[in-house]
Amino acid sequence: MEDRMEDRSDAARREEIPDELQARRETIFMIPAAPAIWAAHFLASYITAAIWCAKVAGRTGALDGARWLVAGYTGVALLAIAIVGIWGFRHHSYGDATVPHDFDTPADRHRFLGFSTLLLAALSFVAVLFVGMVVVFTETCR
Amino acid sequence: MAAPPDDTLAALLGESSVLAPAGRSAAAIAELSWWLFGGATLIWLVVIGLSIYAAYFGPRAHDEAKVRLLVVGGGAVIPTLVLAGVLAWGLWLMPQVKPPLPQGAVEIEVEGLQWWWRARYRAETGETAVPVANELALPVGRPAVLRLTSPDVIHSFWVPALAGKMDMIPGRETVIVLEPTRTGVFRGACAEYCGASHALMSFAVLVMEPAAWEAWLARQAAPAEPPASAAAQRGMAVFTEYGCGACHAIRGTEADGDVGPDLTHVGSRRTLAAGALPNTPDDYVRWISDVHEVKPDANMPPFGMLPEGDLAALALYLDGLT
Ligand code: HEC
Ligand SMILES: [Cu+2]
Repeated sequence: MEDRMEDRSDAARREEIPDELQARRETIFMIPAAPAIWAAHFLASYITAAIWCAKVAGRTGALDGARWLVAGYTGVALLAIAIVGIWGFRHHSYGDATVPHDFDTPADRHRFLGFSTLLLAALSFVAVLFVGMVVVFTETCR
Repeated sequence: MAAPPDDTLAALLGESSVLAPAGRSAAAIAELSWWLFGGATLIWLVVIGLSIYAAYFGPRAHDEAKVRLLVVGGGAVIPTLVLAGVLAWGLWLMPQVKPPLPQGAVEIEVEGLQWWWRARYRAETGETAVPVANELALPVGRPAVLRLTSPDVIHSFWVPALAGKMDMIPGRETVIVLEPTRTGVFRGACAEYCGASHALMSFAVLVMEPAAWEAWLARQAAPAEPPASAAAQRGMAVFTEYGCGACHAIRGTEADGDVGPDLTHVGSRRTLAAGALPNTPDDYVRWISDVHEVKPDANMPPFGMLPEGDLAALALYLDGLT
């Protein structure tokens, strides 16, 4: 209940602002980073399989090589998303601005950026796993 | 003339329920569906139960940690796990629904046209392929590989009780494998809107014991028997006289047209014109004299100008082509 905006005194609204955050330039680009990796992974997997089946294996051929490539992309993408997620978690853990981080203060902005990044990284992580699962079960181009 | 009762046609075309599968891949799909129905029911009951609880029995503050567990667990973790499980099942199922092409399968080329089906059974032993139309037969317990094409627009081949759907795409060959597991008559239909008479583009699949199937195929391969009666003989003459043979083949006669269905054994089919009518002499009369009333835009001209006697003779002749 302590988070209800109307319950707050002005002091609480300002919150304790670590000096360091006052001057810092934040970046918004970590928020779309994880979904962008997810999109890139999806495209790369799709294009690889399409070219493999059209040019290498034939329409009823085996998917072998393409499966390993997609597995590789999946590993790289998961690692990159995990790094983004950890970045987000660190940001989110810094300072004590209260949820839902919607005041126009540097402290709220900082935690908000970190939290959004973390949640989207979690979503993207699962999404990349779901895309990667396809090659676990699919053996041929049919 | 009144339309034939729909249940007559439905009975002739056979079973068409995905929930009463008669083929291997249809059974796999049906099983997945039942689990999905069951799971969805369970989730529905839990969510509705919680709503009722929240509205009537627990409208008070709850322990924050427990609430967070419910929201994160029930809102994110469980759905993710359930989706992952269902996705894994679906992906695991796909290669079974689209298996590698089996050895020793019955091989059939099937063409979907506006608005009927042309098929050719690949010869089992050296003989020439057997052309059929608007009705297929399969031996039970043996896989059949169907190579699907279309010369006009996209159609989709679907026998709900036997397997999933497969599109028939102009300029491209797609393949579906049917593996019937019990005998019976099963309805097939076009499952992709393809023009005016799309809804009148069905066919029956007769699943038979292997010996009966061999006999069926041998019968379809044979040329037409000469007309049995004088009236039927007159029908045959009418057929020639009005140029039906320009579009239809009746093997064993001069008629060798390729535009419409092969009529060599049209009398043996359960329905006429891809499930548009039952198959009695009256139905032939109705079809030939008033094609477009039965099947809008069908690519056959109506022959309403034929004298009644000629029509009746023609109907008798065609009905006798079993
Ligand atoms: C211009 C070509 C053409 C001519 C001429 C023609 N037909 Fe047809 N016929 C077709 C086509 C195409 C179909 C399939 C129509 C459909 O089901 O959509 C058909 C369907 C049929 C069917 C149903 C076949 C089945 O498998 O159930 C019969 C019976 C038939 N025609 C008889 C005749 C007779 C008898 C004549 C001559 C009086 C005739 N047709 C003349 C094109 C033609
Ligand atoms: Cu169609």
